[in-house]
Amino acid sequence: MQEKRSHGREILAHVVLIILAFLCLFFFYILIINATRSHAQLQLGFSALPGSSLVTNFKNVINDPAIPILRGVLNSLIVSGCCAAIVTYFSALTAYGIYAYDFRLKKAAFTFIMAILVMPTQVTALGFLRLITNMGMDDSLLPLIIPSIASPAVFYFMHSYMQSSLPKDLIEAARIDGSMEFSTFNRIVLPIMKPAIAVQAIFTFVGSWNNYFIPALVITSKNKQTLPIMIATLRGADYMNFDMGKIYMMITIAIVPIIIIYLLLSKFIVEGVTLGGVKE
Amino acid sequence: MQNQKKLKTVSYAKWGYLFILPFFLSYAIFSLIPLADTIRNSFYEYYAFGLKTVGPNWTGLSNYISLLSSDLPKYAWNTFVMWILGFVPQIVVALVLASWFTDARLKIRGKQFFKVVIYLPNLIMASAFAMLFFALFSNAGPINNILLNMGVIGEAIRFMESTLGARTLVGLMNFLMWFGNTTIMLMAAIMGINPSIFEAAELDGCTHLQKFFKITLPQIKPLLTYTLITSLIGGLQMFDVPQILTGGKGAPDRTTMTLIMYLNKHLQAKNYGIAGALSVFLFIISAILCWFVFKMNTDPDPDGSKSAAKRAKKGGNA
Repeated sequence: MQEKRSHGREILAHVVLIILAFLCLFFFYILIINATRSHAQLQLGFSALPGSSLVTNFKNVINDPAIPILRGVLNSLIVSGCCAAIVTYFSALTAYGIYAYDFRLKKAAFTFIMAILVMPTQVTALGFLRLITNMGMDDSLLPLIIPSIASPAVFYFMHSYMQSSLPKDLIEAARIDGSMEFSTFNRIVLPIMKPAIAVQAIFTFVGSWNNYFIPALVITSKNKQTLPIMIATLRGADYMNFDMGKIYMMITIAIVPIIIIYLLLSKFIVEGVTLGGVKE
Repeated sequence: MQNQKKLKTVSYAKWGYLFILPFFLSYAIFSLIPLADTIRNSFYEYYAFGLKTVGPNWTGLSNYISLLSSDLPKYAWNTFVMWILGFVPQIVVALVLASWFTDARLKIRGKQFFKVVIYLPNLIMASAFAMLFFALFSNAGPINNILLNMGVIGEAIRFMESTLGARTLVGLMNFLMWFGNTTIMLMAAIMGINPSIFEAAELDGCTHLQKFFKITLPQIKPLLTYTLITSLIGGLQMFDVPQILTGGKGAPDRTTMTLIMYLNKHLQAKNYGIAGALSVFLFIISAILCWFVFKMNTDPDPDGSKSAAKRAKKGGNA
């Protein structure tokens, strides 16, 4: 009896999982199939088999002067790469400052960061836009990068990780060996933080790669647009006159790099979701 | 000895301040000053009219009053409905999957594969995902095409032209993007439950359902609350998906227009006064939700077990 019920549960679990996995993959499957087919083929209706226009579509996309997609890829790479580096370094530095030292405002500083942990950036977008315009930084990639020095959620992750993996004796030992405070952080603490830094670098990179709201308000000129802004322009007025093969190809260029990175590092990423930051 | 320690603390304190300085400087410049400026703007008549700019003229609360008499309540409702459409299936599916994945008696083949696949949509660019759905679910798009060929439907479904269709698509995308993430968070919480509780329940002849409702659910309640609040904050920020899917129009008839889409519209049009008032409104809701998150993250006794133990002890002594 017990045996039989367990069997039924097993079958149910597999059926549900297969349906969900299908839902997750199906849309990307159509995307990739359609990116290989020409506009004329796409007009004829859906086919489960790939076409032969992959290279043509790709060439059409990268040679389109209206949407400089390679420039977009480069801009997105610059912003995401810089953000990943800045976010992880400064979050670790801030976390170390609060973890390793005793000072009067320590508790206040920690409380403040915890209070703004999940505050949406959208609520200050108005003032932010006016500020960077006054600073002469509008229509530039800098305001998409510099503010990430203050990333409360990554700070919290780093701080939790330090509590579990960075013994204070080690810092004391480094001091006794004559290591200066700043070089202790760079040479001893950062290497210990490597797993946390790697996980957060990936998540920050992806988040920044996908970010749309603020960049779309900051960037006005075409050659500074990041990928999400370019994708959004596809949705503009003459969607119907567009070569559908090109549309699918552009979406592919925007999301496939992330899918590839993810598949290569999937185990690490899935474990990283809960590393350090979990409440029990 | 104590004196020496005190001296040491004083001499190293400056490093603490120095190390946290960049964070606070950056936050002050790029968040606090803009916040103050946003609040200030909300009290001024200040908007673009064609190429001219009207204001800034002090008008007190009139921006707030005109905002409340606008379609704002409708947009708040839209946002809430689309959040619910994504959140309910997300939390139900995540709970079921997490309890299956953590059940040692249930043999699931390819567990790692499924975990990787269900987490995948979370990393996809929301704007590109929405553009993809727009192309796939358009009237002559592949989804209608497949359904027609299979004979499931007689004529193409106009997904984007009905309120239910458009909202459901947004809800479906939100569900797909977040259920994997929630599953993995819940799994970690379930694995944190003391296994001997489950063993004792099994010895007592508990069924799977009893174990789920009587042990798993109450044990992970703090994380469920936490997920609810953070998801609410995420829902409040809903923008990319409906914005791209409807081309910023919130079609049909602005029934998929979210609060942030509305804010975006005013920001693009340089209506600083109204945008300011709307931001303050969103700030107040966010601050309340932040307070809950803060409480939960800093509470040393999240599930009430410690205070319960204390009470029991007190009772025993008396």
